Amino acid sequence: MSIAETLGIEVGQVVADQTLTLTRDSLVRYAGASGDFNPIHYRDDVAAQVGLPGVLAHGMLTMGVAIGTVTDWLDARGWVSDYQVRFTRPVVVDPTDGAEVQVVATVGALDDDEARIDLTVSYGGQTVLGKAQARIRRL
Amino acid sequence: MNPDLPERTFPPVAPYLVGREKVREFARATRASAAVHHDVEAARSAGFADVVAPPTFPIVVAEATLQQLLAEPDAGIDFSRVVHGDQRFTYSRPVVAGDELTATLRVTSVKTLGGNAMVTSETDMVDADGQHVATSVSTLVVRGDDA
Repeated sequence: MSIAETLGIEVGQVVADQTLTLTRDSLVRYAGASGDFNPIHYRDDVAAQVGLPGVLAHGMLTMGVAIGTVTDWLDARGWVSDYQVRFTRPVVVDPTDGAEVQVVATVGALDDDEARIDLTVSYGGQTVLGKAQARIRRL
Repeated sequence: MNPDLPERTFPPVAPYLVGREKVREFARATRASAAVHHDVEAARSAGFADVVAPPTFPIVVAEATLQQLLAEPDAGIDFSRVVHGDQRFTYSRPVVAGDELTATLRVTSVKTLGGNAMVTSETDMVDADGQHVATSVSTLVVRGDDA
């Protein structure tokens, strides 16, 4: 059986479509979980000092929550063998409202053993990750 | 920026022991709710030894090697000017709790573009048996003085 048959997918199919709210709490939680304590991710004064429009989400947090939508869908049927992104725009996280990030994951290509999932990740109507692609395999 | 950096392979950093609660904490922080990240029984019935780390977890292991690069006095990298340009992970298998991973960083390219420097490095992570588990490829952009 091909991976397409195992997972019941075809090219062009949307496998995840979610809007996630990243708040300052999310950034603090990710800082602790990842060990990335760069203050531009939690201090407005430092962000302003280095010329940023505000406190930014860790690029790796955006990369992480984007693939989380795919692994939630995939569950125990497979695993990610390759995942890449380009960080094209920052995600500014408002202290009160946070930031809404949209993630759409689409099947981009299929061969017998591997599926390529293309991720469109946007914030405020603009994409924040470029060339965001994951390859998945069956267990 | 030191243009001779691509010649450099850094010494391996101390092994990183992947903890079960760290995997769960990282999964919560990245909203990864699949049972294999949290529930040992679910992970075992899927054929894993313990809970499975989310795909971007190796950045936690690679972090120590990136610090090594940034701390290198003759690299000429000013941390306050560094932004993450791109990131890729390739995996031989998923990382699971209990893995003891040893990471080694190699600088593969340094390019200058419009006053900015782009430093690409590869960090290979091997398990306690010396088998390849994952490679993290990061490009850091070091903004120039006027950028």
